[in-house]
Amino acid sequence: MHAEQVKHDFEPKVVAFVCTWCTYAGADLAGTSRMQYPPNVRVLKFPCTGRIDPVFILRAFQKGADGVLVSGCHPGDCHYMAGNFHARRRFAAFRALLDFVGVDLNRLQFSWVSAAEGGKWVEVVTELTERVRGMGPMKEFKELELEEQWSASLSTPELKAAYDSIT
Amino acid sequence: MSRIGVFVCHCGENISRTVDVEQVAAAAGNIPGVAFSCDYKYMCSDPGQNLLKKAIAEHNLTGVVVAACSPRMHEKTFRKAAGAAGLNPYVCEMANIREHCSWVHENREMATAKASDIVHLMVERVKKGKSLAPITVPVTKKALVIGGGIAGIQAALDIADAGHQVLVVEREPSIGGHMAQLSETFPTLDCSQCIMTPKMVDVANHPNITLYSYSEIEKVEGYIGNFQVTVRKKARSVDESKCTGCGVCIAKCPKKKIPNEFDQGHGMRSAIYVPFPQAVPNTPVIDRENCTMFQSGKCGVCAKVCGPGAVDYQQEDTLTVESIGAIVVATGFKLYSIDRKPEGSMIQGYGEFGYGTIPDIVDGMTFERLASASGPTGGKILRPSDGKEPKQIVFIQCVGSRAREKGISYCSKICCMYTAKHTMLYHHKVHDGQAYVFFMDARTPGKGYDEFWRRAVEEEEAVYIRGMVSRMYQKGDKIIVMGSDTLVGVQVEIEADMVVLATAVQPQEGADLLAQKLGISYDKYNFYSEAHAKLKPVECATAGIYLAGACQGPKDIPDTVSQASAAAAKVMTLFAKDQLERDPVVAKVNEKYCVGCFACKKVCPYGAIEEKEIKDRQGNVVKVIAYVNPGVCGGCGTCQATCPSKTVELDGYTDEQIMAMIETL
Repeated sequence: MHAEQVKHDFEPKVVAFVCTWCTYAGADLAGTSRMQYPPNVRVLKFPCTGRIDPVFILRAFQKGADGVLVSGCHPGDCHYMAGNFHARRRFAAFRALLDFVGVDLNRLQFSWVSAAEGGKWVEVVTELTERVRGMGPMKEFKELELEEQWSASLSTPELKAAYDSIT
Repeated sequence: MSRIGVFVCHCGENISRTVDVEQVAAAAGNIPGVAFSCDYKYMCSDPGQNLLKKAIAEHNLTGVVVAACSPRMHEKTFRKAAGAAGLNPYVCEMANIREHCSWVHENREMATAKASDIVHLMVERVKKGKSLAPITVPVTKKALVIGGGIAGIQAALDIADAGHQVLVVEREPSIGGHMAQLSETFPTLDCSQCIMTPKMVDVANHPNITLYSYSEIEKVEGYIGNFQVTVRKKARSVDESKCTGCGVCIAKCPKKKIPNEFDQGHGMRSAIYVPFPQAVPNTPVIDRENCTMFQSGKCGVCAKVCGPGAVDYQQEDTLTVESIGAIVVATGFKLYSIDRKPEGSMIQGYGEFGYGTIPDIVDGMTFERLASASGPTGGKILRPSDGKEPKQIVFIQCVGSRAREKGISYCSKICCMYTAKHTMLYHHKVHDGQAYVFFMDARTPGKGYDEFWRRAVEEEEAVYIRGMVSRMYQKGDKIIVMGSDTLVGVQVEIEADMVVLATAVQPQEGADLLAQKLGISYDKYNFYSEAHAKLKPVECATAGIYLAGACQGPKDIPDTVSQASAAAAKVMTLFAKDQLERDPVVAKVNEKYCVGCFACKKVCPYGAIEEKEIKDRQGNVVKVIAYVNPGVCGGCGTCQATCPSKTVELDGYTDEQIMAMIETL
């Protein structure tokens, strides 16, 4: 039926931030229809793309994501009426910022996948995974993480131990 | 320190076939904070749920991750089980390793690694999760039914008979929909008007039903149990409270040559009209585009002859806001036309059939009107071009349906049956005529359906030809139909007097726009999506909104009526409670840090954010901050992503939880 998926030398990490009403359901439909796509994607579910803070995308890149996908309902179809419009505007600005910083925008994709578009989900995920595979690992942000200067960072072992003991 | 339990399901073999579930359970056991992990064949079964409950008690768990199917499938099941074991239901989450993993990947090693990652994500999420209490909201016991066809009528009558208030909103001047247009109905050949019109009258006379005809939905706000719906009542130009329905205005109207939509353009009506004599309400409406008074300002005959003085040329659209508890969507269908379609459209027309330019090629609904005793020909089957009786008639099934190259791949379900009916009606009315039917397959599942179809073939002398038609063109007063008989393997050419196309069933015009107002999902053809194809066939994914009839997919009358009654039953179940529990996924403001910039207020689609004054002991206002009204908040979280100081947080999706998930990557 399908060719056995082979393991490549470089398996990129792709993180998908999706809304629960459209894209998550679309990915479920891909599952119930037994479609096949690369197993590199990790899905994080949000109520709405409007909930997705650009900081999450930056953090995902820092933590080792080689590609990030943000996907929600088609414009006009938002379960919360206007969440995806806010998301669209926010990410248009954010993309420009990332471009300015020097991030290759081919690593960051925005798309609309409805609950009925299992096939489109497969297409989008496959395309992004293969594109990122060709580009190789995303190194810039991971190195940043090592010399992280966030005010809230757990920079010393003592702090980290103290933090772990309370959670 | 958290004590999380991880329960990995085999789902029979659905998951374990591609994912090494034992390895996933073992790996989960090594995640910090996980106190217990195991795998089981069917986690959702009774023993599976008991396993979960027992483990919660024995290991004193503070949170649960069930790695199984999609949360859309069984989240409720497991949250209920966790709740029964004394755990807060909202610290029970599902890791979707079936739809998002085992079913879509084949490489066992990679699928197992992915499943472990998904479990890890959810464990971190539950670790940072908070106990939440469901919010109770009151239920407004009034239903809205959108669409006044047979689906809407049935749903409205059922709900009204149960003692609840119902609002029926119909776009056209009269209720009745497509069923009122039909001549006779399969498989019993009883007259459609005879069974339909009494129901229409019931709607008009029911004390619990308010009918808004010639009206449309303008805006929908709110949520299950508490919708605020704005209805636009279009200007009829006739005051409904004064009109007696005497019909003098219609008789005296000088403009009488307007094609009647109800007769598919084959009958004529006046500019002030009721669509058909049995219309409900029986109040005329002025078609402003064709009325001389509105176009040139000269005429006014209808106003002069109207005894009660009901005609009002100055009438304007009015907007009414109604509080509604549940919505039944029953907007029905339209028929596909073979006309040329706009450039770039997903759906194509039929150039090989002349793009609808040959007058004697008609669709099934036109044939219904021609065969109907109340139709433009008084029930005689006469062809539109010259009014002659067709002696050779060809019916073609699957026009537009099951035709991927034309853009529609689904089966329209009703055409096989109504074409069989049409051949019978034709045979009953034109005794010396011959009917031919081109068909791909005869699909006749349903009580008494196959017997009905066999009757058309065996007793009513219709000639069924298995094959499709490649081309049709006009030659003199005949239509040449060129097709193939695939059973015999020959080309067929028929000189027909008239051709009837069983064109595809499509969702009603503007179905997508209404869905956007309601916040419900629809497929690529614009049919509305049910919450679950098998187990929730009448519910939408949006709580409190239900589907009935052909707006969800092609359906015949018995199926439509069944679904409408099912939707009504769902509404009544909802209305049986005075209070409703809803998910506590709402935003909260940290009053300490909010600076009152109200960026959140600007983006909130629900208007849930209010201004709250913080006062000192003397009663002086110290600062004004944001406050989220939990009853109004829909839980989208746009405010949180917008807040510059991160002081508003969406319960269940806090920054802390999401960051913890991202940390696992």
